[in-house]
Amino acid sequence: MGAFSPEMRERAESLVALYPERRSALIPLCHLAQEEAGYLTQPFMEEIAELTGTTPAEVYGTASFYDMLHTEPVGKYLVGVCTNIACLLQGGGELLEHAEQALGVAAGGTTDDEMFTLEEVECVAHCDKAPAVQVNYRFFGPLTGESFDNLIAKLRAGEYDGVVPPHGTLVRVRRENGIEVPLEEVFAERREMDRAKAERKAAAEAAKAKEGN
Amino acid sequence: MEQANQVPKIVTSRIGLDESWGIKTYLATGGYTALRKALTSMTPEQVADEVSKSNLLGRGGAGFEVGRKWSMLKPAPVRYLVVNGDESEPATFKDHMLIENDPHQIVEGTLISAYAVGAARAFIFVRGEFALGLERLQAAVNEAYAYGAIGRNIFGSGFSVDLVVHPGAGAYICGEETALLESLEGKRGNPRIKPPYFPAVMGLYGEPTIVNNVESMSNIPWIVNNGGASFAALGVGRSTGTRIFALAGHVNRPGNYEVEMAKLTFRDLVDRPEYGGGMRLGRQVKAFIPGGVSAPWFGPDQLDMPLSQDDVAKAGSMLGSGSIVMMDDHTCMVRAAWRIAKFFWRESCGQCTPCREGSGWIEKMMRRIELGSGRESDLDLLMDACDNIAPGLTWPPQQTTICVLGPSIPSSVASAIRMFRDEFLVHIKEGGCPYE
Ligand SMILES: Cc1cc2nc3c(=O)[nH]c(=O)nc-3n(C[C@H](O)[C@H](O)[C@H](O)COP(=O)(O)O)c2cc1C
Ligand code: SF4
Ligand code: FES
Repeated sequence: MGAFSPEMRERAESLVALYPERRSALIPLCHLAQEEAGYLTQPFMEEIAELTGTTPAEVYGTASFYDMLHTEPVGKYLVGVCTNIACLLQGGGELLEHAEQALGVAAGGTTDDEMFTLEEVECVAHCDKAPAVQVNYRFFGPLTGESFDNLIAKLRAGEYDGVVPPHGTLVRVRRENGIEVPLEEVFAERREMDRAKAERKAAAEAAKAKEGN
Repeated sequence: MEQANQVPKIVTSRIGLDESWGIKTYLATGGYTALRKALTSMTPEQVADEVSKSNLLGRGGAGFEVGRKWSMLKPAPVRYLVVNGDESEPATFKDHMLIENDPHQIVEGTLISAYAVGAARAFIFVRGEFALGLERLQAAVNEAYAYGAIGRNIFGSGFSVDLVVHPGAGAYICGEETALLESLEGKRGNPRIKPPYFPAVMGLYGEPTIVNNVESMSNIPWIVNNGGASFAALGVGRSTGTRIFALAGHVNRPGNYEVEMAKLTFRDLVDRPEYGGGMRLGRQVKAFIPGGVSAPWFGPDQLDMPLSQDDVAKAGSMLGSGSIVMMDDHTCMVRAAWRIAKFFWRESCGQCTPCREGSGWIEKMMRRIELGSGRESDLDLLMDACDNIAPGLTWPPQQTTICVLGPSIPSSVASAIRMFRDEFLVHIKEGGCPYE
């Protein structure tokens, strides 16, 4: 029995088909597993290994490099407070301290009800709205302590359900096309393009030589 | 100033339009005319020629001429094009804006470039944290397929190419082009050694590959429509065209501003009402970072320098990623430099000893000073640690590591110590931060 549901397995296979080499789908597949399970479990890593022609150890070894891939459970909402330079200058450090108190966990921790995991994150490219906060990679800012508390209350009450999907669901827009042109066909076309290019070059040089005479 | 109105918006013309990310708006504002023109009336060499004439400098950080990079692509039946949308340089937020608000422009630029370099397939690598950007870009790619701009026999020209949007998974180092390729191959983002792994020679899957930045790609449709010469007519010297500067920190109006290259000074950008609108609370500039946190800092004396790649390089720093961070006179420089040191320590991929160990030691010493247990000898020790990563602390730095993340670590710390030694000494003598 695979870890992916039949529908997700189909999506997984269509992701693999987008790349000249299967292993390239490894990270997109990890995102897909997180969409289904919230984090990367052993059975998912085994199935991803099978799909990409790697071993589960290679999947784990690769996933552990990346901040967004979790091999341990996290809360429904991953709350990231940016304290990098632009946010720091606008009170990002203080906002993180506030968040730790408001949620009752230190950065890196998960609340007892498993709703929130708090993270101190690096620049999330919203520096003009500093200090910036992301919740499951959906952006909020600039935030004060008060608006942070508000945000948490609304998330708890489900008021952002349409805006902020549960942790793991990254991209809700699916690719509608497979690969339209098989690589072999493209290679043949490129050889033709190169041949035409060489011809144009030779013709230009011949014309030049003729002019020179 | 008089000319301000005549400078065209090349890459940000659609920002703020209704549904600027949708194909309807894109087509209504001249979208995909450049792709049609390139594919149906120009040879790939002619397209590459216009790009060379424009002297477009790469907007990802290193500032290498795009046309020249293309000409270095090793001829081979299989070639790839990879667009770098990993934007993670702290305080840089321009590519993010382009991906969310004008994804079709990136797609069109990418397709034209794929034609010019003869790529078999194109990939746009987008930083994983950009969830909305990934959704908008994927939607744009879907629309472009439906419109016939991607896929088989585009616009009846006989040219075919597929385009794949690839999500990253959170690692600053994957912005470095060879780490990006490793990541795109489904591996840990460890940069490759150059030589031999120059992407144009040995890139994705070992095949010749062009890697260009999202903003670089966004310029291509305009260049094809208006000609490389019109682009080169803007700006000064080698710094041609316009460029987006991401202005952040203690200004009244932080934001992305597209301006003509090299015409304005840092001060213009900070003070003018249509840009930064001056420093917050009317305060004074204490220091600023001219090109992302990898760049050495400047002081108020350098505010009148033009926004030109060469001038900034001559003065010992770089325009880099196009991000400018302003710090006012109420800023603790130790804390600012410590935070940047911490960033590099967290993001070092760990392959090279000077980078992995050096970043950790520097972070620890900076923390110790900021939190009040520093010693006076720490300052020399810090400079020594910096010197071990980038011997001589010159600019551009000496490289002892596989990639240039390593030699970027000293930029902030060494700048802060050189410019604000007294402030470090106060932290050490008073046993804590005087700004708290
Ligand atoms: C540590 C590091 C991080 C980088 N991050 C990015 C990035 O986020 N986006 C980017 O376009 N280039 C980044 N670069 C530069 C790329 O290696 C590469 O030069 C660039 O993508 C080439 O595109 P361009 O020539 O169009 O600028 C980074 C380089 C280094 C060393
Ligand atoms: S310099 Fe640092 S980030 Fe770059 S390859 Fe070496 S260890 Fe990795
Ligand atoms: S520094 Fe916080 S979002 Fe950029």
